[in-house]
Amino acid sequence: MDRRQRLRRSLLYVPGNMPGMLQNIPVFNSDGVLIDLEDAVPLSEKDAARLLARHFLQTFPDRSKEIFVRINGLDTKYALDDLRAVLPAKPDGIRLPKADDPEVVERLDTLLTEYEEKLGLEIGYFSIMPSIESAVGVLNCVKTAHASKRMVALAFGAEDYTASLEIQRTRGGEELLGARMQIVWAAKAAGLQAIDSVFADANDVDGLRADTELVKRLGFTGKSLVNPRQIDVVHEVFRPKPDEVEHALDVMEAIKKAREMGTGVISLRGKMVDAPVVKRAARTIRTAVAFGMIDYELSDEVIYGQE
Amino acid sequence: MARNSLGRDIPDTWHGKRYDPYKDPFSRMPTMDRATRPLVRRNPGESKVLPSLRDAIEKSGLRDGMTIATHHHLRNGDVLLNLVVKELDAMGFKDICIASSSVHPVHAEMIPSIRKGVVTRCETGVNGLIGELATRGEIDFPIVVRSHGGRARMLVTDEVPVDVAFIAAPCCDETGNLNGVSGPSACGSLGYAFTDARYARKVVAVTDNLVPYPASPVSISQSDVDYVVVLDSLGDSKKIVSTTTRVTRDPAGLLIAHYAAEVVEASGLLKDGFSFQTGAGGTSLAVADAIKRKMLAQKIRGSFGCGGITGYFVDMLEEGYFRTLFDVQCFDLRAVESIGKNLMHREISADLYANPFNRGSVVNMLDCVILGATEVDVNFNVNVNTESNGLLLHNTGGHSDTAAGAKLAVVVAPSIRGRLPIVRDEVTTITTPGETIDVVVTERGIAVSDKHVHLKKELLRRRLPLKDIRQLQAEINTLTGKPRPLEFEDKIVALIEYRDGSIIDVVRQVKA
Repeated sequence: MDRRQRLRRSLLYVPGNMPGMLQNIPVFNSDGVLIDLEDAVPLSEKDAARLLARHFLQTFPDRSKEIFVRINGLDTKYALDDLRAVLPAKPDGIRLPKADDPEVVERLDTLLTEYEEKLGLEIGYFSIMPSIESAVGVLNCVKTAHASKRMVALAFGAEDYTASLEIQRTRGGEELLGARMQIVWAAKAAGLQAIDSVFADANDVDGLRADTELVKRLGFTGKSLVNPRQIDVVHEVFRPKPDEVEHALDVMEAIKKAREMGTGVISLRGKMVDAPVVKRAARTIRTAVAFGMIDYELSDEVIYGQE
Repeated sequence: MARNSLGRDIPDTWHGKRYDPYKDPFSRMPTMDRATRPLVRRNPGESKVLPSLRDAIEKSGLRDGMTIATHHHLRNGDVLLNLVVKELDAMGFKDICIASSSVHPVHAEMIPSIRKGVVTRCETGVNGLIGELATRGEIDFPIVVRSHGGRARMLVTDEVPVDVAFIAAPCCDETGNLNGVSGPSACGSLGYAFTDARYARKVVAVTDNLVPYPASPVSISQSDVDYVVVLDSLGDSKKIVSTTTRVTRDPAGLLIAHYAAEVVEASGLLKDGFSFQTGAGGTSLAVADAIKRKMLAQKIRGSFGCGGITGYFVDMLEEGYFRTLFDVQCFDLRAVESIGKNLMHREISADLYANPFNRGSVVNMLDCVILGATEVDVNFNVNVNTESNGLLLHNTGGHSDTAAGAKLAVVVAPSIRGRLPIVRDEVTTITTPGETIDVVVTERGIAVSDKHVHLKKELLRRRLPLKDIRQLQAEINTLTGKPRPLEFEDKIVALIEYRDGSIIDVVRQVKA
């Protein structure tokens, strides 16, 4: 499967310095995990967090759940040590904070390539998910979205973003609308997913639900989370409706016939089914399978056609 | 020594008494009659009210070597047991046996009197320091741990005759009519004290709230009470009941609760007439919460909830989820308030609740019970008495009673506790036999006893993480490693009595 298409409704932050939380990563049903070496870890525990994160990744080689490590910013003295510690344990990717411009992503890309060569991994093994967290980052994110072939998604960091604007983040999030739209446009234009920021109040279920419904409408494909209790609420918002699933299955059947006939386009109930429609249907089916709504084996050959 | 059916070595006699080894949960039934006690005549005008505990002790005829009892509804706020033992110490008593319904950490005040030989035996389970010191060999205080039902049985059969029962009475009149629903030390149900009031040779009601005759409602009646003593206070009201009991917010606890509720639903028991018991812990309440939501969605009306009652269950009663609550013990203020005013919130004795030898107890009517554990083993045996360091720190409560009675006994526990795995090859101490446990739920997976083939299939159909218990153990061990076996001396410091009076396990002194 194209890793850009992977389901990322929920990416759960887990502080790298908390072994009790790390050991529970496989327990919770988030689509992915962000092991945090940055903001959640005090300066005095940066080294311990690195070691813990590495040991966790070595102890749990199962990558059915996507695991990113949020390293410290490349402008800090911690970032290179973070990479040195965790990359040999093969996380799926790196969440890069403070991705203010494409150059910082390019620098990380170069570093990852060096490690892949050193570790004997195929080039491009590690993904990158940059986090847009400032006014500058938002203004540059269209370019940033094209900075590396490793990119799978653009993420939004609303807490740092509002701090950079010297404004308060509100429950309704009106102040985030511009940045969110810009990030969604940039991501989608580059063929990436868009991952929304955390909703910090883990006890405000209604607020989280409203926030998630809003970003889903804007085009975000998932959300970063601060607490496992938020997973089910977010998943529920992203749950496809039964008629959407039905339609997606019909699209898959139609495109299967089209591939058999040697074409990539076919009509379904008078509407054209082509690559973007198929991709959207595949995503709906992937989500429905994750919810246990259906059992379905997606085939890359059907979705993308033969090379 | 005899080996019981679970492979534990049990002494034939211990401190002069003979004991039977445990065989199975349901077959033991010795031939005996219910206990009796001497007739007493009270003529008009004779007052029962005595000026002090000392007077009551003197009047009761208590002598060295005899047995006293109190009840534990005042939990860690109780001062009565400490006051009685202090008085016995001051009066020069020796070799007194304690047969209370439970001993709590607050009763560590008795330790100097234990060391002096005032109190020398304990026919009840203990929570806290006394058990710890006994297991370390620092005090010589033989303990027989019993379940709530087992203790009721012991009193009913006179296996342990109680010479004087001191009953803490939050509301009491001059003749001994008493209840637990009002007064500064209100604790709600007096379920454990009913059996003492009926079978002890002498009964002393001790109150800090003497009300004009007649006290109402009457939980224990004047016809069972010999004397009444008034004290300034029965205890610390803040520690008697919680102000509130809350559903956990811990994500792992909530996940366990979600799995447990799914198990209950998958079992097919969740239908009209459903009966249910759960504890007062945050995860247990989260299970109740998840089940409540399922009942609401499916418009199910249960028959009863029972055991220790929390405000959460009171809400379920008032909202129509259950027709009745059978209450042996109130856990919070909301439950205390409810039992005083709602006829469908019924106070019941430990005998009615869980005694296996009484023509049928309430636990036999339970569909489902949610239980805790300090350890579970691959044969589904459960330990709630000793910690993984071997120290005896907890009483059994209704654990083995409800597990035996309920159609579905579900153990909920975190897979790792204090860096130690919850699933062991063998539990340190067997409290509840695996034959009576149906399901073990942790955040890392659900293990189901082999006798439930359909339940296993249904859980798989629901895509729940069903695992063989050994597989679950192996997964947890990859995180924790396998704990080294504990080392014990030969000396037995406590017996774990199964509810039917047979001995299911022993607790030995831990090696220093």
